[in-house]
Amino acid sequence: MKTLLRPAITLFVLLSAVTGILYPLAVTGIAKTLFPAAANGSLVEKGGKPVGSTLIGQSFTGAQYFWGRPSATGPYPNNATASSGSNLGPLNPALADVVKARIAALKQVDPSNTKPVPIDLVTASASGLDPEISPAAAEYQIGRVAKARNLKIEQVSALVNQHTEGRQWAVFGEPRVNVLALNLALDAK
Amino acid sequence: MTNHAWILLGVYFLALLLLVKPLGLYIAHVMEGRLSFAAGIEATLYRLCGIKKDEEMGWLKYALALLFFNLLGALAVYALQRVQVALPLNPQHFSNVSPDSSFNTAISFITNTNWQGYSGESTMSYLTQMLGLAVQNFLSAATGIVVVIALIRGFVRHTVTTIGNVWVDLTRATLYILLPLSIIFAVFLVSQGVIQNFDAYKDVTTLEVTKYDNPKLDAAGQPVKDEKGNAMTEPATTQTQTLAMGPVASQEAIKMLGTNGGGFFNANSAHPFENPTPLTNFFQMLSIFLIPGALCFTFGRMAGDSRQGWTIFAAMSLIFIVFAIGAMTFEQQGNPILTGLGADQTVTAMQAGGNMEGKETRFGIADSGLFATITTLASCGAVNSMHDSFTPLGGLVPLASMQLGEVVFGGVGSGLYGMLVFAIMAVFIAGLMIGRTPEYLGKKIESFEMKMVSIAILVTPLLVLVGTAVAVMTEAGRAGIANPGAHGFSEILYALSSAANNNGSAFAGLSANTPFYNVLLSVAMCFGRFGVIIPVLAMAGALAAKKRIAVTAGTMPTHGPLFVTLLIGVVLLVGLLNYVPALALGPTVEHLVLWAGH
Repeated sequence: MKTLLRPAITLFVLLSAVTGILYPLAVTGIAKTLFPAAANGSLVEKGGKPVGSTLIGQSFTGAQYFWGRPSATGPYPNNATASSGSNLGPLNPALADVVKARIAALKQVDPSNTKPVPIDLVTASASGLDPEISPAAAEYQIGRVAKARNLKIEQVSALVNQHTEGRQWAVFGEPRVNVLALNLALDAK
Repeated sequence: MTNHAWILLGVYFLALLLLVKPLGLYIAHVMEGRLSFAAGIEATLYRLCGIKKDEEMGWLKYALALLFFNLLGALAVYALQRVQVALPLNPQHFSNVSPDSSFNTAISFITNTNWQGYSGESTMSYLTQMLGLAVQNFLSAATGIVVVIALIRGFVRHTVTTIGNVWVDLTRATLYILLPLSIIFAVFLVSQGVIQNFDAYKDVTTLEVTKYDNPKLDAAGQPVKDEKGNAMTEPATTQTQTLAMGPVASQEAIKMLGTNGGGFFNANSAHPFENPTPLTNFFQMLSIFLIPGALCFTFGRMAGDSRQGWTIFAAMSLIFIVFAIGAMTFEQQGNPILTGLGADQTVTAMQAGGNMEGKETRFGIADSGLFATITTLASCGAVNSMHDSFTPLGGLVPLASMQLGEVVFGGVGSGLYGMLVFAIMAVFIAGLMIGRTPEYLGKKIESFEMKMVSIAILVTPLLVLVGTAVAVMTEAGRAGIANPGAHGFSEILYALSSAANNNGSAFAGLSANTPFYNVLLSVAMCFGRFGVIIPVLAMAGALAAKKRIAVTAGTMPTHGPLFVTLLIGVVLLVGLLNYVPALALGPTVEHLVLWAGH
């Protein structure tokens, strides 16, 4: 037994030091040298003040802004210290209720819109922090935002197109629009 | 399935296929001690540790040493959580974790399960994450590798009593396989936006003010309830968003490569700081199957017959492709109830459509469904979408994937030794059919091996089914259920399947951070891991002691399409048949109810 103890304990301590201290420190060093902005959270500023991260969704409910994915984090949506999905099952009546309420909210702020409501605009994201919506969800909101801001539909449409990303490397993921970046661009207009 | 889904699956499989041979060769090279630059580093390390690198061990000593090494890991993870408030790198001043949760997490991380009863960004200090959890990400993966290498040696060697030196094996697996891959992968992740820093959480001022209902708390911090028992709230506003920070990329890399799956954040690989782009998502999926796939080639190489390795790889791949098609198809079908409410779930060039509840926009349906299949077939358990919100049949795929016993690629090392156990079962059944003593790789399979195989195969279904029965029969078990009806049963079945098979993903609605679940799931994780490792090592010892018998005209070939078919048949029949009644009660009932009248 004694022949096991010393190797086990010393090897455990040494491997812990290498993988638990040296490794994360080395990666931090490399990351902060090569990709400082990304390593620190891809923050965006407006007037010199940090207003968010391009990777973390924010809550928008005003007619003049594009809305992002619904968020199920508590106690408020898009809480970036409590990432979480809703975990509602497909048959759970609570899911139907909350989707109904979200559709109603969209209709209330934009009563004349008769387009079908894109699914991602009324279902909670997995992280509760999804920064993006589908191009369909952006398209659905263009009329409302243009009206609220007294802009031409074409102007807003062009801005949405500018902020639409296709599939990465043409094969990975889905086309998408970053909501915070789009709304900041609208504010800057 | 959409065109995009087919292309994604094709590109994924092709990339995997290209990588398994070079990496598999490298692993064989490393584990056989033929890496020349390593000798110097190792010599110093072994001198410090009092390890004699040429001193070989019998299976019992090998197993005891491994168990003791894992026990040390459990103690370290437990202790770090219990005293983290007094330790550095805790900028958010998180308090010490409760005893039952710490115990559960310690067992969870040493067993390569990485089930998470806690929520990372509001519980664990940076030090606990990196020095406790991430270290076990490395060491539990290394444990899996050394066990399968020992088993392979059992086949390769003959008439000897030893199966290797566990200290040397652990050192090599950690330093030359897991560490270099993790460094490369971590830097790539940061380049795409995964964070890596030790800063305190950052406050930003959001564009809009968020109005919300804040739960009322009494002086003791407990929620206040009205006379009907509903939690009372008061209106509140905030214009501050606090961004959780941390050394995420370094942990994320080994979390995927080691098929661990324990996320830095609660939302795991759905969190944009863990998995920011479709590209990181693709490489995360690739890194899950990378080492388990490569080990198939290592196996063939070390056994002196590459065809043996490719046969195992082919059987795994066929099951994987069928399961992946299932998950992507069922999720794309969407939820008929939401269609009824007026939501548009059709797939167009403008949107992914399908069941988007609990999914991220950048991943849509295909990249989420594929990830879910991979993470559950391998015992990874990271998630990029919330499995609890999957359609009934879409959720059945990850559930059944785990219940196969994590042998289709499976965990690092553990997937291959699990599959080799099934391969022995397959030659045994074939032997019975043709009336010959079964052999595998030149070794006679006799009663001792079959006893060990039986234990290894039966231990997990026993834990899952008995554990589920206990949970649904007790008040404490039922209290955790979040969704009503058949889905609630599925949540419990999923938790036990995940724990006993060392997966770690969840139908996360289940409130499992309670003393009842923390203890029940710890037991399942512990026996599900070591209840397989010990019989496998015992078998390795027994096989190494046997004579090697020559291949004759009467030897059943264990490569080629016929054996692939036989192996798949055994995995599906033996692995899955145990669970058919439970799967009928959960997802199947739910599916019939959901689509009734549509």
